[in-house]
Amino acid sequence: MRLQLSPELEAFREEMRTFFTTQVPQEIRDTVAARRHVSKDQYVQTQRILNAAGLAVPHWPVEWGGRDWTPLQRHIWREEMQLACVPEPLAFNASMIGPVIAAFGSQEQKERFLAKTANLDIWWCQGFSEPDAGSDLASLRTTAVRDGDDWVVNGQKTWTTLGQHADWIFCLVRTDPTAEKKQRGISLLVFPMDTPGVTLRPIELIDGSFEVNEVFFEDVRVPAENLIGEENRGWDYAKFLLGNERVGIARVGSTKRLLAQAKAYAQEVTVGGRPLAEDPRMAGRIAEVENELLALELTALRVAAHSADGKPHPASSVLKLRGSELQQAATELVADIAGPLSLSSFADDGSEVPDWARVATPEYLNYRKVSIYGGSNEVQRTIIAGTILGL
Amino acid sequence: MDFTFDSEQNDLREAVRGLLERAYGDSEQRRRVTGTDPGFDEKTWSRLAEMGLLGLPFAEEHGGMGAGPIEVAIVAEEIGRVLAPEPFIEVVALAGGLVAAVGTDAQRSEVLGGIAEGTTLAAAAHAEPGTRWSPSAEAVTATRDGDSWTLTGVKEPVLNGARADVLVVSALLTGDGADGGTALFLVRGDAAGLTRTGYRTHDGGRAANVRFEGTPAELLGEGTADRTAEIERVLAEARIAYAHEAIGSMDTALRTTAEYLKTRKQFGVTLNRFQALTFRAADMYVSLELARSTALWASMVADAGGDVVTAADRARLQTSRAGRHIGKEAIQLHGGIGVTAEYTVGHHTSRLTAIDHVLGDGDWALSRLAADVTGHETVDPLGAPYTG
Repeated sequence: MRLQLSPELEAFREEMRTFFTTQVPQEIRDTVAARRHVSKDQYVQTQRILNAAGLAVPHWPVEWGGRDWTPLQRHIWREEMQLACVPEPLAFNASMIGPVIAAFGSQEQKERFLAKTANLDIWWCQGFSEPDAGSDLASLRTTAVRDGDDWVVNGQKTWTTLGQHADWIFCLVRTDPTAEKKQRGISLLVFPMDTPGVTLRPIELIDGSFEVNEVFFEDVRVPAENLIGEENRGWDYAKFLLGNERVGIARVGSTKRLLAQAKAYAQEVTVGGRPLAEDPRMAGRIAEVENELLALELTALRVAAHSADGKPHPASSVLKLRGSELQQAATELVADIAGPLSLSSFADDGSEVPDWARVATPEYLNYRKVSIYGGSNEVQRTIIAGTILGL
Repeated sequence: MDFTFDSEQNDLREAVRGLLERAYGDSEQRRRVTGTDPGFDEKTWSRLAEMGLLGLPFAEEHGGMGAGPIEVAIVAEEIGRVLAPEPFIEVVALAGGLVAAVGTDAQRSEVLGGIAEGTTLAAAAHAEPGTRWSPSAEAVTATRDGDSWTLTGVKEPVLNGARADVLVVSALLTGDGADGGTALFLVRGDAAGLTRTGYRTHDGGRAANVRFEGTPAELLGEGTADRTAEIERVLAEARIAYAHEAIGSMDTALRTTAEYLKTRKQFGVTLNRFQALTFRAADMYVSLELARSTALWASMVADAGGDVVTAADRARLQTSRAGRHIGKEAIQLHGGIGVTAEYTVGHHTSRLTAIDHVLGDGDWALSRLAADVTGHETVDPLGAPYTG
């Protein structure tokens, strides 16, 4: 048991901190700090800066750009990136399809996709959920039928995040409708979003934002060589993909930064001439979220330090569940600190309401998503009850 | 940053677990022991002494083992796991901690040596009616007459106060040249003007009303400097040890509950078929693991010489919330059996509640943390002030 980082890790943390705060353009970091939507160009520019320095995909195999870091180094990398308001490498590329292709793709597919995926030369989107396949993902109905050298895809995907920016989609499709278990008849196909027969329809969210989309497939012809791994093994790859980043999903660094901002806002807002932060109930609420966040961070560190043998620590399932709850608690806190000011959500130049108060409630509403995506918190409870408690 | 125990620490855990399992693996044994004074088993206490556990954190020159807060945490967690009634934290961390913090070399050798051997049971007499978890004394006053001191006033509740061979008493300095600071004193169990009235506590322990009426006392340490800061530090170390006792207890409460859900049948099926129940068990696990991480961290902060007072408040808050959550749910998920004296989970809930109230509850810790919440931008658990 030892609290301090080793001198090497302390130096590593300093190196990350310096890089993120000096090499990523201030204007991009300001966008994140202001909690405004990051543009496609800003994502691409950032990821290329990171990739050039070997900091975009450190968790990949070394021959494809990985760094052979310890789980603790990865934790520090991610934490410092979030604290510095750096947009993280696009999850669909860096955490999802990249590692799957690296692990299960053919040599040709690795050479074709991995370098471009790391550099965000290809922007990937995810074709997993369907209107009737949410938490019960394995009941998906989009089909791919073999026709000569092609697969012909028909069906519909939904909740496809940032699909409007995407060049390619990785898509779970049913290739064997007769399989005894529904999980056994699924394959993973990849294809360009501009393939004939692919239609994208944006979905407006309650905060007025356009992040997610529906994607329709009508007789989309996909070359057979675009099947990743083995036919009908897609479910295994999906599980690998979803289980890949349980540590990162806690998003401790981001929530920590938001909480620091909340404190500043609570000192800025006054009640009867006194800073809101001095109100005992408000101070207590901030302190309680801060302590919960500390507990989560320490649990993430515990999990990271114990995952070295490749097996995730049992406590890792806590991270998604609690991480999402605390992201939500922090956004709710900021909305409540803004109070009446938060009503000016879509005010223009004529308003005196500060920017942070305008984005507060839209962000709070938007963040209801985090306990739903990536395996809803109810799915996480099912995992904890089943695999950890044996219930 | 390393959350793993070394092999000696694992051996220590195995040894303590073995001893306590033999003593209290059968929960009826605990009920028998707590049913009669002094509320713990003197033989088990002697065995803990023989294993060196009662001198664990004391310096070797004072008869101790020279171990640190991590080792204390390991023992405390094992105590909590089986609800062993032996007052390890109360005697070693609290009373012993105060003597170690301010005593003279001679006092340390005598009292700590006696604690370590199991021959001296020391009790901290600090709480006073009318105060809540204060590090200083108000109601018991110390008066000097030449080289000797006498104490007057009431301490209550004093854990194990009736059984104690020696009391470590905090008192407000009064009289000539006193500045109203708090000092610590040793009072022998057979001192004149000392009245002790013992009773049971709800968790099976023992406490006492301790009345001082011009009772002769020996000043602990040299000089009459205010000892509030030292007391605060020892209380913090004890809070961290209690956090680990709570972790052990919560762990057992959760495992017992999960086992019950798998075996108890209603409506023709075992209870784990009801998602309304299994989800709540999953939430208990989340509470437990978050509290465990915080408690382990606080022990590492103590070990590294960091800001132990704030770290203890953080561990106190997290384990208090978790203890309330797990304690209440463990009973509810069991149903009526959970409230009976012959079943174990209710006793865990009772003990967790006692731990909450002995040195400060969650809301109390939160108030202290809230008072300084804007004094720092973020909490960095790996950096200053926690790394010392």
